[in-house]
This record gives sequence, C-alpha cells and structure tokens, in this order.
Amino acid sequence: MATVSERKKTRYIGKRTPKYDALERVTGQALFAADLHLPGMLHGKVLRSPHPHALIKRIDTRKAEALPGVKAVVTAADLPPPERAQGMLGGELLISIMDLRRLTIAHDKALFEGHAIAAVAATTPEVAEEALDLIQVDYEVLPPVENALEAMSPDAPLLQPDLYTKTLGEQPERPSNVATHSESSRGDLERGFAEADLVHETSYETKMVHQGYLEPTATVAHAQPDGRITLWTSTQGIFGIRRSLGHLLDLPLGKVNVIPTEIGGGFGGKIYAILEPLAALLSRKSGHPVKIVMSRAEVFRATGPASPTHITVKTGAKKDGRLTAAYVKLVMDAGAVPGAPIGGASLVCLAPYKLDHMKIEAYDVVTNKPRVQAYRAPGGTPAAFAVESHMDQVAERLGIDPLAFRMLNAVDEGDRMTDDRPYNRIGLKEVLRRVAKHPSWTSPLPPGPHRGRGLALGFWAGATLTSTAHVLVHADGTATLVSGQVDLTGTRTTMQQIVAEELQVPLESVSVRVGDTDSTPYTDLSAGSRTAYSFGAAVHNACQDVLAQLRVHAADHLTAQPEHVEYADGRFWLRDSPDQNVDLVTVARRSTFRATGPICGRGTVTRLQPAPQFAAHVADVEVDPDTGKVTILRYTAFQDVGRALNPTQVEGQVQGGAAQGIGWALTEYYHFEKGVMRNPTFLDYRMPTSLDLPMIDCELVEVPASDGPYGARGVGEVPIVPPAAALANAVYRAAGVRLHKLPMTPEEVFRARQATSAIG
Amino acid sequence: MTFVANFSDTTLRKAVRVVAKLPLSFTVNGEPRQVFVQPWQTLLEALRDELALTGTKEGCSNGNCGACTVLLDGRAIVACCMLALEAEGQDILTIEGLAKDGRLDPLQETFIEYGALQCGFCTPGFLLSARALLNTNPAPNEQEVRLAIAGNLCRCTGYDKIVRAIQAAVEREA
Amino acid sequence: MRPFTYAAPQSLQEALDLLAKANGTVRPLVGGTDLIDQLRQRRKTADVVLDIKRIPEMHRLEYVAREGLHVGAAVSCADTAAFAAVRELYPAIRASCLLVGSVQIQNRASIAGNVCNSAPSADTVPPLVTLDARAAIVGPRGRREVPLEEFFTGPGQNVLRGDELLLEIVVPPPAPHSSNHYLRFIPRNEMDIAVAGVSSLVALRPRGRICARARIALAAVAPTPVRAKAAEAVLEGHVVTSELIEAAAEKAVEACRPITDVRGSAEYRKELVKVLTRRTLRHCMASLGQPLES
Repeated sequence: MATVSERKKTRYIGKRTPKYDALERVTGQALFAADLHLPGMLHGKVLRSPHPHALIKRIDTRKAEALPGVKAVVTAADLPPPERAQGMLGGELLISIMDLRRLTIAHDKALFEGHAIAAVAATTPEVAEEALDLIQVDYEVLPPVENALEAMSPDAPLLQPDLYTKTLGEQPERPSNVATHSESSRGDLERGFAEADLVHETSYETKMVHQGYLEPTATVAHAQPDGRITLWTSTQGIFGIRRSLGHLLDLPLGKVNVIPTEIGGGFGGKIYAILEPLAALLSRKSGHPVKIVMSRAEVFRATGPASPTHITVKTGAKKDGRLTAAYVKLVMDAGAVPGAPIGGASLVCLAPYKLDHMKIEAYDVVTNKPRVQAYRAPGGTPAAFAVESHMDQVAERLGIDPLAFRMLNAVDEGDRMTDDRPYNRIGLKEVLRRVAKHPSWTSPLPPGPHRGRGLALGFWAGATLTSTAHVLVHADGTATLVSGQVDLTGTRTTMQQIVAEELQVPLESVSVRVGDTDSTPYTDLSAGSRTAYSFGAAVHNACQDVLAQLRVHAADHLTAQPEHVEYADGRFWLRDSPDQNVDLVTVARRSTFRATGPICGRGTVTRLQPAPQFAAHVADVEVDPDTGKVTILRYTAFQDVGRALNPTQVEGQVQGGAAQGIGWALTEYYHFEKGVMRNPTFLDYRMPTSLDLPMIDCELVEVPASDGPYGARGVGEVPIVPPAAALANAVYRAAGVRLHKLPMTPEEVFRARQATSAIG
Repeated sequence: MTFVANFSDTTLRKAVRVVAKLPLSFTVNGEPRQVFVQPWQTLLEALRDELALTGTKEGCSNGNCGACTVLLDGRAIVACCMLALEAEGQDILTIEGLAKDGRLDPLQETFIEYGALQCGFCTPGFLLSARALLNTNPAPNEQEVRLAIAGNLCRCTGYDKIVRAIQAAVEREA
Repeated sequence: MRPFTYAAPQSLQEALDLLAKANGTVRPLVGGTDLIDQLRQRRKTADVVLDIKRIPEMHRLEYVAREGLHVGAAVSCADTAAFAAVRELYPAIRASCLLVGSVQIQNRASIAGNVCNSAPSADTVPPLVTLDARAAIVGPRGRREVPLEEFFTGPGQNVLRGDELLLEIVVPPPAPHSSNHYLRFIPRNEMDIAVAGVSSLVALRPRGRICARARIALAAVAPTPVRAKAAEAVLEGHVVTSELIEAAAEKAVEACRPITDVRGSAEYRKELVKVLTRRTLRHCMASLGQPLES
C-alpha cells in the first residue's frame, strides 16, 4: 500500500463522526452474550478447584446427574482424545493447544485456584448450582508455587513434569518451571559498561492485575444433532475460537460457527477459548443450547489476568547523559501454563533509547496462578515501569533534566528496535518536542506541599497479521462493509468513515456488518493495536476493488475503456468528454440486475509494515504525608497516533488506557494468600472510580506511519504503558521516596516514607 | 402482602424451587406490569429474565459496579441488591424507558455526541445514575457529577467524556 | 441464590409473630445491600427473608426536643442525611451516611442495616457511639434499649435475639458547645470499606475553653466498633491544645486490636487511627471556633 506522506483533503477521515453503534448502546438494545435466550436453553455452571495446586484422585458426578433438572455433567473425560490437539494458537500471547486443553478443564491436576474441574447444565441456574455441590472430588493437595522467583528455584515443586526450558543454549536435562529463557542482544555489553561514567542498577516488581472488563465472560453454545456447533460468544476473535473448538472437540472448521455478540470490554482478556468448549460439551451431551455466564469472582479467578513480573535494569551512561549500555532481566509469571508476554516486554523495555550495546534476558515461568492472557500492550506496563523509573534515577544522578535526558537518547527512523528490526518513520522526538512546549510540563506545579511531576515514555510495536474485508454495493448505490472483524469499541465507526471516504458517498450510505465464521473469510483477532491499522488497510483495498469493478461497468455503460473513466462524488465520466457521464446509482443498479452481477469488493492484507507507536505521559500528584495516599492533580497524555482517523475515538482509547494504567499503578492487584485470591470482587480489587481520576488531557501528535491507511497508527495499547512510571516518578518528587513495586498503595507509600525517615 | 411458610425441610424446599412463583405488580417504564417471580429472584433477574429487559446489565452481582442501576421511584439503586418482590407497587425506570415518545433523553444525545461510551456495557447504568442526579440537582458542578456516578465503574473511557457529556446535558436542559 | 421464602408484614405485631413462630432462620431485610450478597455468596443462609419496610413504625424519622433523633430501621441513609435536623445538629451522622457505599447504596441501605450487619468497619456506627445513641429493640417481651456501644459482640455478632427486631436508633440531642466529626480512610475515594474510621466528639464547658466531654470511637480496628477511652481521658478537663490532640491520637491506638487483611496491615491501621483521631479532633476544635494553642 502506498506511503502516505502528504495529507490529502478528506471528507470523513480525521472527523469526529458519531459512533456507528451508539444508539443501540444508549437505549439498552445492544445484545451481549448474557442477554441471549434460546428456546430450551439450559444454564451452565462450572465447578472450580478451591486449591491452587492439587492432584485430582477421583471425581464422582453421579449424585449431580441424578438431581432433577440436571441435563448434563461433563469432566475432562468428555473431551475427545488429544490427537488433534497439536500446534500453537496465536493471539497476542501464544498458547499451545495441549495447554489450552489442560486449561479448559483440569485433567489429573488442578493448576490454580479456580481451575475448572467439571461443568453442569440444568434447567435453572439454582439447580445447576446445587448440582455443583453434589459433585464429589477427591483432591491430594500439593504445595502451591506462589511466584516466579520461587518457581525458578531448583527445589520448587514442578507444575508439569514434562516441561523443559526452551533456550538457545544447551537443552536442559531436567524439567523445570521455566518454560522459556530468551535473549536478545546487540553490541558488546561489557564494553558498553566499561565506557560508562555511571553504572546504575535497580530492580522492580509488579503484581498480577486484571483487565477488568465490565462484561463478565459469557457464551451460548448450541450443538445440533448433525454435529455442527453454533456459538454466540463474547470474544475478540471469532476465528481463533473456531480453531480452538476444532482442535479441542475434534471438529472440522466448517462444523463450528462462531457468532460474535457485542463485547463488553476485552483489553486482551477475551482472546482464547475458556467457557466456549465447556458450553459446547454440555450442549452436545444434553442436546440443548447451553448458556454459561461467569460470576465476577470467576472472572477474576478463572479467565486470564496480566503477568506479575520481577525486572532488573542496569545501565551505563556518560557524564553528558548519553547511554552506553543497558541490560534488562525480565522474569515473568505466566500462571498455570507457559506463555507470559516476554516478547512484548522485551520489545517495550528499551524501545525509546538508542543503544549500541544492550542485552535483554527474559524468563517465562509457570506458577499456580490463573494462566495470564494479554492485557493491553501485554508486558509493556511493567517493562516501562521498570525502565522509565530507572532512567529518571539515572538522569537525576547525572543532574540532567528527565525530558532532556530522554531527548538526548531518543531513537529515530533507521535506529533499531530491541529485536534488531529498523524503525521506519516514528514520532518519538516529535512527541518529546511537544511535551517540552506544553504547559503540563512547562508551567509550575500548583502551589502546595508534597506535590511532584513525573514523566515517562511508552512504546508499542503493534501487530499487523491478516485482515480481510468485503464491501458490497447495493442496487441503490449504498454499501455494506462485511467482515468477521469483531468491533471492540470503535471499529464499525472508523471503517464506516473509510468506506465513505473512499467511495465518496455520504456516511449514511455505508453500513457495517460484523458477520460470523461461516459467512465471512478469515480475518485475525481484534487486538494488538492492529484493527484500525491493518483491518483499515483491508477495507481501503476492498474499496479500491469496488471502484475498479464499478469503473468497468461505467465504461461499459459509456461505451469506453475503463482506463478512460474518472470517478468522483458518486459520478463516473469520460476523462476526455466529461459530458458523457453516469451516476453511481445507475451503475450499481445495472451491475446488480444486469451486466455481470453485483459488485463485491474484496480487500485483504497480510504483510503490512509495523507502525510503531510512542507516547509520553506527564502526571502531577500530591501525596498525603500522613497516610501515603496519592492524588492525581493533572494528567496529560502525548501520543504519536500517525493520523487520528476519528479524534473522539482516539482520545477515548488514550483516556481509557491511561485510566487502566493508573489503576495498575496505584490500587489494583491480586491479593494472594498461599495461592488463593482473597479479593475477587470490585470492592476489594480496586479499579479507579470517577472520583479517583482527573480529566485526562490528550495531545495527539501526527507523524504519519510509513504504511497503512492515511498514515494512521494503532492507538489502543500504548496509552497503558507509561502511567505507572509517570506516577512513580511524580511520587518520588512529591514524597521523596522511590517506589520499586506496584501498586503504590497508600500503605506502600507510607511504609516507604517510614523506611526513608528511619534511615534519614 | 405476607407469605408465611417454613421451608427448612429439604424436600419441601426443592418443591418450592419448582412451584413457588409469586405475583409481583409494579410499574415498569410507565406501564403497569404483573409477573410471577420466585422469592429469591432479584429485581435484576426479574427485569432481565421475566420481562426480557436485558438493557440492565449484570457486572458484579454485589452492588459494586453499578451496571444494573435502575431508578426506583426516581432514585438510583442497584437492581442486583434488591429482591424483585420488594418492588411491589413501586415505579421502576430502566434504560429501555429513558427515551420518551421516540425522543432520546438529552443525556442519551450527549453521550453519543461526546463519545461517552465505548463498549457500552456500563452505559445504561451511567445514564440512569446521571438521570437521577439531574432530576434532583439541575446544575451540578464537576465534583457533584463525579460523585453521582462514582458507584458506576467504566473501564473503557477513564470517565472523562462521560463527565463532559453529563455536563453538556445539564446545559441542554437549562 | 438458594431458595427461601419472603415475607413483608404490614404491622410490627405480624412481624414479631412471624419471628416467634417460624422454624429455621429468619433474616430481616431493609436495604439488602449486605444481606442479598451474603445470601448469594452463601456467607449467610435464610429460610425466610423478612422485609420490614412495609411496617409504618420502621419509617419514623423525627427530631423531638429533649429526646433527640429517632431514625427508624427502614429509613435509608440518603433520607437520614437529607433530614433537616441531621443536617443541622448531627454533621457526623450525615457525613457517615454519605460514606456508605455509592449513591445507589445510600438510597437503599439504612443505619439499622449497617448496625445489624455489625461489621467492625461500619461507617455509621462510630458517630452514633460518640453521641451515646441507643438501639431500640422490640421483641415478644416488649421494647428495650441498648446503648449502641454495648450492641456489638463480635464481627457480625450483636445482642439481638432471634425473636427481636431493631426498631429504631435513638440519638440524644447533642450537648451545647459540642462538635462531632467522622473520617474514614480508604485507598480509593469511593466504593471502599474503611481501612480505619474515627469519630470524635468534643463538648466544651459553658463559656469556657475546657473540654467537658470527649468521645472517640473507632471503626475497623477491632472485632467491634470501640471507644478509645484513654484518649478521651487525655482531653477531658483540659484546654485542648495541639499537644493534647497529639497525645490523644497516640492513646487512641491503645484501643485498637486490628487484624492484617486484604484491606490493610494491623500496623498501618494503627497509624491511620492516629492520623484520623488527630484530624477529627482538629476539625471539632475548628468548628467550635477554638484556635489551637501549641
């Protein structure tokens, strides 16, 4: 696709067009999975392990099956044999099909508190719940492996006896809880440190957090007598769910139809199949449609939160502030089966810094916790918390302004990412220049004690993957975009803009339809900041295909060659004699009812370049010196968005991501006691309320991407990357203490201050 | 309206589960409704399962997210923490009743215009909390707006555009 | 939820008869914001849920000169906070009612429900204790009144017998020249349970600056709400100074027997008691128009 360096005048792109599907959402009409009701539908409930680590000696379901109203009970024994359960499933984090099978329902071992043991379908939720009480499970309780550092010790209990560390070095002889040890490096680290005037090393820790989507995970499955399965489900990617079901239930892909319902937030947490296989098994066994809706406690315990981390950062710098070397060690907790976001964290950690000598080591470690899923820029927030906190300390030790320090070391086009790919056009320096001029950075802090300002950077490379779209032109000249691309929050809106822009028709003439896996061609999931970017490119291409087809018909109508036909604003004409023209409606009607048949444009992209995204956040905070409580006074997010296709939608992404990052920074965490989560409610898992956040000001910087539609970059993920570090840096200046752990709860800040004053 | 019985006996309790639906008469979105509910059904379950008013959402089931906010005699409450039978004779407004005579409530309009919703799952609850606020306080400041919606969690927006949309509706209604 | 039956008697007698005769567990219901979740989570069981909101006496909300404030068991926190006499005379009660959960919760929950749930962290209780409030209880043997301070016997435990109902909370008129305040600490700014809460009351001698009476009550730092009597003794009979407030704050910690849990450690809770005692006392002195000498 052509590079967009010059901005064309646009009609819809860049405009604040209204959200396509807002009306049904403000009137309560939008249908989410839990809202569905099918004739004869049963209610499913899942029995979950109360133990984080236990052998399952025996499961007796007879009493449950005998309870009136119970129509099916399933356990791991109901899964087909694992012959077809081979390979890896993508998404933002990889998972092997065998591991997915193990996660779906515990086989001989419960690997985390909340691990599914059995599932029941009954005529009412109350009966299903009562049936769960009647299932007898004999456990042999094992000591839980509570965190990644403990899991790495040689005498830690093993979660899986067949797990051997994947590494580039020698193949290990003994199994381990370390699934992968990866390394990426450049230059000569020792030399880099030797050149430094200052070498600084610090360590950081972050805890498990949850995406916190408001819609609990839910699904409806209906197995037909002929073996076909239809699923209505809340997911970020229907084709991934179909593939998972195909593998787990041993079905050809054509026998599984996945219909996406509206999705009440995903943020990376609704990618892999969790309830879908259980609902399908129950439906198959009972012959009825089965709905399963998780309780909030189940969502916390049994979906896929974000990885806890232990991170060490060591850098060398010259007196003038130039970095000479950097080493980062990332230990990331995957939970019950391998797949922590070590790739994302490795890419993010040193992304903004120009380094000739660097090395990143990363460990993907299993523990007795729920298996992690992606969470908005997976791995990015902990990585940036560590590195951006560290860089502030280095700048301070060198006596250099934190913004100047970052500008001095900032990467530019042609520099290399940590995986050695060269950056194409990027906007980091432009973002920093904007910060330098902006009042959020230049104006003095509002007067008052215990106040401070912090800055931090964020990065996300963004996925591209495969995207496919069809654009249908109807007989009256209106158009419908059809695809299997799930709309998380704004896809329909932005894609309507692209179609209207390209076909040069009114916005109202374009409708957007999200289809199912049976009736739309493959497209990858909605995640990884790829939807507007990569799917937008596919839609753009589909529109070009539509115009090419229309041009042929118009040429036929005008008895001319297609290459002589021009198009604008709903009208085709001959370049050499503009009087000879025909309107879009006529061409559309003719193509539909006569000529060669209806117009259907197809667009697909598989190999877009990445469009890397940089952000900088500036936070002003006040710390209550007596209680340690942090109050955010002002928050500004700067971000290179390439081109804001719809500024309202983009700001929404920036504000939402920042808000999640702020929660991660200050109040959110899984409180585990011996592997059992003690705060699985919205009361004690504290997500920010409206009273905990200020207005979040957005400064959108537009440095066009090298590829993709209109120069736009993905925007959804990078806003969650900088907040924790920006706040940690602000807290340091406000309260004089450096927090090395998230979250920075009042008690943690208070203790840090106590420890400092004890030393002082 | 008194239903006295003793169902501590297990067999009887099971029987109750099947048969013990009791009549409930109340007003929903301006219309008198009569449904039959079980004593342990919450108002949320009655609205969603018996009246098919699925615009009221279940996000946490313990009053901590506000997704099931409805108006009870004009006041915001969480429908997950109230038994359906408690609503006997009372007036309930759900999201389905917020638009009147085919006209959107000003809050619905400004939520759309200001981009105050993303996934939309929490939106019905926010609209009803905001409606309850504006019914009693026609000129709230930002702090009052934030306080009124502090029992409603949103994970998509960071609340910024929601607060602005409510403030815009205040001006529109002035 | 597990099946139960529902009863909504229209008279007090009917309710008491039902309590007396029913086999199994009867759970009185007001706002339901605690009970319904507890039943769903199976932290409590019920054979009968007894909705007392249709009993007229339960809706009494009245200020009677010399008697004080009567808040019926079915009066919501929102209505209590909005009541003119509460606004004028009982600022700490008002403040605590507006801290119970969200707006939605305040519209349903009642002080009586908060009291009967008997959580150590109940926000409405410390101000009532400092005001010498009484719980008016009705049962087959008639009406009895229990000082609220003696009402609680442990986490979730109280002196109510199975055949009794809490009818109303009675709060004596505030002493002249007195001020009362409540503060709690939570990690967020809404939707949290108190990590610690402190209510302070200071009454001055007529036309003097000497503290005649001090009451300090603590939440979430012991198995029940507790009074910090040693801290009160520091203040009574003296001119309240900054030093004295500091001393009282230190003494208040002695009344704490906190636990460490998901909401905070025992040590931190003690620190918070110190901070909140100091802040509430300073607030009281400020609203009495008394500049603090150091």
